[in-house]
Amino acid sequence: MSELLSKIAGCVERGKINATSPYPPDLKGQEGADELTQKALKENIAPQQILSEGLVIGMRNIGVKFRDNKVFVPDVLMAAKAMNAGMKHLKPFFLSGAVQRKGKFIIGTVAGDLHDIGKNLVSMIIEGAGFEVIDLGVDVPTEKFIKAVQEHPTAFLGLSALLTTTMINMEKTVKAVKAAAPATKVLVGGAPLTQEFATQIGADSYSADPQGAVDFLNKAA
Amino acid sequence: MISICQEIARGRILVSDGAWGTFLQQKGLQSQECPETWCLTHRADGLDIAKSYIEAGADMVETNSFGANRIKLAQYGLESSAVELNMAAAAISREAAGSDHYVIASMGPTGKILMMGEVSEAAVYDAYAEQAAALCKGGADGLCIETMSALDESEIAVRAARQNSTCAVICTFTFQKTIDGQYRTMMGVSPAEMAAALGAAGADIIGTNCGNGIEGMIPIVNELRAAAPERPILVHANAGLPVLKGTTVTYPESPEMMAGNIALLVAAGAAIIGGCCGTTPAHIRAMAQAVKKMRR
Ligand code: B1M
Repeated sequence: MSELLSKIAGCVERGKINATSPYPPDLKGQEGADELTQKALKENIAPQQILSEGLVIGMRNIGVKFRDNKVFVPDVLMAAKAMNAGMKHLKPFFLSGAVQRKGKFIIGTVAGDLHDIGKNLVSMIIEGAGFEVIDLGVDVPTEKFIKAVQEHPTAFLGLSALLTTTMINMEKTVKAVKAAAPATKVLVGGAPLTQEFATQIGADSYSADPQGAVDFLNKAA
Repeated sequence: MISICQEIARGRILVSDGAWGTFLQQKGLQSQECPETWCLTHRADGLDIAKSYIEAGADMVETNSFGANRIKLAQYGLESSAVELNMAAAAISREAAGSDHYVIASMGPTGKILMMGEVSEAAVYDAYAEQAAALCKGGADGLCIETMSALDESEIAVRAARQNSTCAVICTFTFQKTIDGQYRTMMGVSPAEMAAALGAAGADIIGTNCGNGIEGMIPIVNELRAAAPERPILVHANAGLPVLKGTTVTYPESPEMMAGNIALLVAAGAAIIGGCCGTTPAHIRAMAQAVKKMRR
């Protein structure tokens, strides 16, 4: 891997956006994911390689540290900001097809539930793993999930719930999605869930943290 | 009646109330409803909750105003009702508390992350200033800024409460245990960091709420006490995290179990002890009896 790409990965992991960003203090004034991604494109490194050996590595590293409680929510949010700063230079190549994403991932917090911090982190880390993410937001009714999987038949579906009361309703959503689009793989997560509950409601995968969801998607895609 | 802080300065251990959210749900609040609207539509239910905690032996009651800041209310399109809802919330608990018990009015997080630029600092200050002023006007003695996890948002809330009310200002954080056994909020803040920052921001009382049951509160109080030896500490512990049995949700910790930890919490440095999600009047009664025993 080129030195430039590992520098990009480092910027993402540390949440270093660009030269003017004051965060993190010890990298003040240095170039960030923004400038370095442009530099890599100018040096004719393939966009696909910039994504998979630069940006994705950075997000994977922060995802693992987050899972292990070595870093916390702000660190992941900053990393995602840095990733987006690099990603915006790759957007034209996504559109032209020069860069292929691994797959599509639809996610939302289930009906009656307004918690979105955990769901957003899952979105960011999955996008950072090279997937296209379609975020339906919070308090998403079952019909909206069904409409989305019908529009994107190859997509994976992720459901998040933070309340024990809304978690119970996940079963209906999983059943309805499976009835409408049997091939759709459904991932569930959120603090009150357990593997046992996920199995019982017929979900294809449960994970306690975003990294676990990435591991499942990487295998399944 | 002397102030909450004066009572604590005299060495008195005070008992706070138990859950409001889960109590309202029991009375029929649905998960898609805005709980604070019940201050206007179901006044008698709120009054009943507050009264049942006073009868159980609490020295103070909270209010149904946790989510009644205009930023959070905007999710229901109710931002213009902020003043009315907060005044009603405080007035209900005031009526139950009378003149010989305290009202500590609940103020929860905005639900937005400042460091991500989701809202401006000025908007957060204005929302808390409006809420604090209305709760004070409605009759609150103290303002309890609770379930917080970010320092920046909490410092603004404490300042807004200080500058726009005459109430005692309380601020409590929600900590979780990390894999290596330390306590941190989801934003990465430790009890020691919280104690230093909130004291500097002007909180009269600091503490912890929510969490994962009452035993976990003891090491948190120890850390708060070490970092801020003089500042009174409040604990609102939940009755453990909810577990699902079939289709019913239950909280694992019994009144006796929670009451059995009171002496340890007081020894660690807590001055006010009450409950959070899942606790009931029965929990508060058992806790109040445990405190009474210690007072003798
Ligand atoms: C698809 O695959 C996957 C895979 C992994 C997935 C996944 C999907 N989704 C999540 N994951 C996993 O990855 C994420 C990253 O690691 C993780 O996500 P988490 O969301 O778990 O973790 C986040 C990174 C950080 N954690 C959080 O963001 C939640 C933190 C706590 C403090 C919390 C917060 C912040 C809030 N809350 Co609420 N809140 C609490 C929480 C208590 C706590 N200490 O955990 C909890 C969740 N809340 C609770 C309650 C009761 C409520 N809350 C409410 C409101 C709020 C705020 C708005 C104030 C705010 C949300 C802000 C927001 N924008 O999301 C109310 C409900 C509103 C509603 N209808 O949804 C209200 C009802 C309170 C009230 N009386 O108004 C409790 C739920 C109890 C239960 N099990 O039923 C609670 C556990 C507190 C408690 N101890 O009682 C994993 O779960």
